[in-house]
Amino acid sequence: MSSSLMRFREIRRHFPIKDGVFVRREVGSVRAVDGVSFDIEHGKTFGLVGESGCGKSTIARLALLLDHVTDGSITYDGTDVREFSSAELRKFRHSVQAVFQDPYSSLSPRLTAGAIIAEPLVVARTLSRSAIRERVAELLETVGLPRGAEDRYPHEFSGGQRQRIAIARALAVNPRLIILDEPVSALDVSIRAQIMNLLKDIQREFGIAYLLIAHDIEVVKHMSDRTGVMYLGKLVEVADGDDLYLEPRHPYTNALMAAVPPSHPDQEQSGDLLPGDVPSPVTPPKGCSLHPRCPLAEKRCAVERPELKQVAPNHLVGCHLF
Amino acid sequence: MAHTQSANNASPVLEVKNLRTHFQTRRGELKAVNNVSFSLARGETLGLVGESGSGKSMTCFSILRMIAKPAGKIVGGEVLLDGTDLLKLSEEEIREVRGKGISMILQDPMTSLNPLISVGKQVAEPLHLHQGLSGSSLWDAVREVLALVRIPAPERRLKDYPHQMSGGMRQRIVGAISVSCRPRVLIADEPTTALDVTIQAQFLKLLKDMQKSTGLGMILVTHDLGIVAKNCDRVAVMYAGKIVEIGSVRDIFDRPAHPYTRALLRSLPKLSEKHDRLPSIEGQPPDLLDLPAGCSFQERCPHAMPICRRQEPEQTEIAKEHLARCFLVDEEAEA
Repeated sequence: MSSSLMRFREIRRHFPIKDGVFVRREVGSVRAVDGVSFDIEHGKTFGLVGESGCGKSTIARLALLLDHVTDGSITYDGTDVREFSSAELRKFRHSVQAVFQDPYSSLSPRLTAGAIIAEPLVVARTLSRSAIRERVAELLETVGLPRGAEDRYPHEFSGGQRQRIAIARALAVNPRLIILDEPVSALDVSIRAQIMNLLKDIQREFGIAYLLIAHDIEVVKHMSDRTGVMYLGKLVEVADGDDLYLEPRHPYTNALMAAVPPSHPDQEQSGDLLPGDVPSPVTPPKGCSLHPRCPLAEKRCAVERPELKQVAPNHLVGCHLF
Repeated sequence: MAHTQSANNASPVLEVKNLRTHFQTRRGELKAVNNVSFSLARGETLGLVGESGSGKSMTCFSILRMIAKPAGKIVGGEVLLDGTDLLKLSEEEIREVRGKGISMILQDPMTSLNPLISVGKQVAEPLHLHQGLSGSSLWDAVREVLALVRIPAPERRLKDYPHQMSGGMRQRIVGAISVSCRPRVLIADEPTTALDVTIQAQFLKLLKDMQKSTGLGMILVTHDLGIVAKNCDRVAVMYAGKIVEIGSVRDIFDRPAHPYTRALLRSLPKLSEKHDRLPSIEGQPPDLLDLPAGCSFQERCPHAMPICRRQEPEQTEIAKEHLARCFLVDEEAEA
């Protein structure tokens, strides 16, 4: 286990809800992340899949140290992130980069592609100006953008090309981990495959670890070495590689797979669709948070909260039925 | 406007013929919809598939004449709703058609609902305007359509504002508004893109159920071929403002003829298969202001021939009601 690059142990992030006109009192909290543990291994991809409001983007912010956990611990390279010196924090900021969902809003419209990609290098102050220019040209080639792209502005590129610029920017300072928050969900289907292939090539070439966050289980399946399924702030199933897709155990994982549109008219829809909506994380249901929507719910599901249990090697499920 | 409701179910409810919509831009004329023709039968669902910028949304907006003026203009063609050409109607007459003859569901339920008006009032508005209902009969009708889209406890929800509802429930409200006046055609433009995956499947099922009970014709716009497989009877694939292939859902999935359709199908990730690399369509979507001479897909096409760079392919019939614009299927074409 010592090979993990980043470890999350029972992390929680609760956002207080305040009310009152003169005296702001805490009246409750949104349990965005409620006791989640997982490891990101060197050069591997950990995928987090879940619907909106399940807390996956909060985890992205916590992993980038843009926000702090309410409880629990995060260690990076063996050091607890709370004990980082300012020099260590600066180093962390270089070695962990991010690519966000919307390449239309994550790139400054006033900077050229070259300036966007060069920015982290300028901040790092390790390269001369001519060396930066060379590095930018090299990065453009790595992400498959044409020569001369550095002088053009984001609006001159298509969505897929913009995402390539965002990837080049993340690669600029040789990171060890990239947080990919819905990297392809804003892109057209035909372009998605291109970007996923590019991300895999980059991982193979540079040995970068990924934390991939997506709502699309097909994207996560294609990219991840290990996958965690989240529902209302908790992991409900964690498994390696194909285990999750070949033998999904948790009813929610099954429902996510059933919701994937079939790829051929003859293909039978597998499993049941979930009825109802995702409950509010302010008032999560008692017991198992899925029980009001779960087709297999029993009496104890409404009372007792299931813990994650190992059901097969490296395969954890949080459900009373296992 | 008096509609002559055709008793003949075989005649299409909607026919679009050679529709062309152009936009004037600083860089020149943009042909967003370039000679698009298709028909829609009663109770049928036509999938309109393509990448962003392929003209699928503009085709839908053109049908209801909701093109931003003066930049955009419908420059030609016919849109026949039960034989009446919508492009020839006066402003007043087309307003009658919107919501009553043809209605529309847009992608984002947060922006298509008014945040300052309760959902009950928003559902009531078209019923009042188009059906002339008022008083208790109006509110009975509102409750009825809310029940149709399976809003739990509709009575309690009438006074709610959109922000008090989840995304899936908001989209169901939009669905309720769009079917409230019993339109003959429903255009759903990426209706599930903004919804969560488990809610997506729910909403698509609801649309199909509503269609079954009302017999309306539906145009389902999407960039996701997966959604098409189970929900559509026929499919039109658009590329650069043109329909490049149209056929039954079987034709498209089992016998795709156009290289673009084939590439789209290949790039669908499949849960049941493990690829190390996904097959992808190389290159970028074309710039509509700078289209090459000949076929618009030539630069990304693995089968491009010299003729594709000179001449634009015509629509060719491959089998009954299965058409494609490609020289590969045009036997008279010489490479």
